[in-house]
Amino acid sequence: MKIPYYPGCTLNTVAKGFETSAKEAALSIGFELAEMPAWNCCGATFPLTPDNLIALSAPAKVLSSARKTGESLTTLCSVCYNVLKRTNSVMKNDREKRAVINGFIETDYDGSLNVTHFLEILRDNIGFDKVKAAVKQPLTGLKAAAYYGCMLLRPFEDMGIDDAEDPVVMENLLAALGAEAIKSPNRIECCGAHLAMTNEDIVVKLSGTIMTSAVRNGAELIVTTCPLCQYNLEKSQSRVASDTPGYAGIPIVYFTQMLGLALGQDVDTLGFDKNIWDARPLLRKKGIIK
Amino acid sequence: MKIKLTKGAIENPLIRQLERVSGEELKRCYQCGKCSAGCPVTFAMEIPPSQIMRFLQIGMMDDVMKANSMWVCVGCLQCYARCPQSVSVANVLEGLRQLHLRKGEDREQIKDVPFPFLKNAPQQAIVCGFRKFVS
Repeated sequence: MKIPYYPGCTLNTVAKGFETSAKEAALSIGFELAEMPAWNCCGATFPLTPDNLIALSAPAKVLSSARKTGESLTTLCSVCYNVLKRTNSVMKNDREKRAVINGFIETDYDGSLNVTHFLEILRDNIGFDKVKAAVKQPLTGLKAAAYYGCMLLRPFEDMGIDDAEDPVVMENLLAALGAEAIKSPNRIECCGAHLAMTNEDIVVKLSGTIMTSAVRNGAELIVTTCPLCQYNLEKSQSRVASDTPGYAGIPIVYFTQMLGLALGQDVDTLGFDKNIWDARPLLRKKGIIK
Repeated sequence: MKIKLTKGAIENPLIRQLERVSGEELKRCYQCGKCSAGCPVTFAMEIPPSQIMRFLQIGMMDDVMKANSMWVCVGCLQCYARCPQSVSVANVLEGLRQLHLRKGEDREQIKDVPFPFLKNAPQQAIVCGFRKFVS
């Protein structure tokens, strides 16, 4: 089975490990993430001012193009998911805006595409019980904290993937893979996002709170769905470690890397070498890899 | 601090313009403060989210336009998720940024962004950052 897939700007480059691990993992549970033929950047931010229609034209173009060849579109990056899903909701529900945007990008898209996140495919289409049955190398003994961030969950009425205050989808996936899912109170807080460009101190403070809170709750590893969360947390490690007595750092990985590992893929194909903070020594210590 | 309320300030056309641009009705806020409590960057704001709302309700637009609050909000929507009145302070702050950016008043210059960041950061951070800070 082929599932149409939108990579977005970051997964083809900086977060290559996220994409390759997801594609391989999908294959081992019987479907293919098939990259959609023609796509452009989604704009990486959903405009919060409702009159800013120009910012909706790029994502609307992606949606319209995907609709020509399929009925659904899956993403891995939380930000792409947020932008595409929210734009889709505008195209579906707001007749006036739809007409203006369609006129501008010369399409007749009606919002009928089903935009999903890969986590939803695993949970709703495949089923975590089937994922569990396909596990070859359970992540036994690994204490993993899911970190959701903001874009995957909010605003609830548009995203709806899970409860916006108390999500469980990633914890349930980690449990299906055999890991011990750790719930940290800061798992739905923002990492500082694009402030990395202009205000690194804020990012270090926010990322530090997220990481030290996970460690305090017993986590040995943090699992994320967003390349920017992954980057901000990893980049902040050394400064957080020097500011926080007793904090020695924690690996930040993509959920697809853990999925691929549990489904029996070769660890060298999962892009762990591309993360700044190498998770492999921990995984070796736990007996999950050799 | 002594504040003098005037009808003129409260009816400031710029504040009405902000309501149009942001799509938010400022008077819906009843000052419970849940946005400031939930916002992860309140500590870095010169005026916290709930006070931004109050300042705008009583016409103190100049103070709000000068404060750094709008530029440190990343739009994570925690304020909106927690608001009992379904007000999105994030939308109001984006509206304030837009009032600057639509006049060509950029917050950042592309040339000032450090090269290692441009080279190593996820593109999404760069695209998003420029959309938030540059007209």
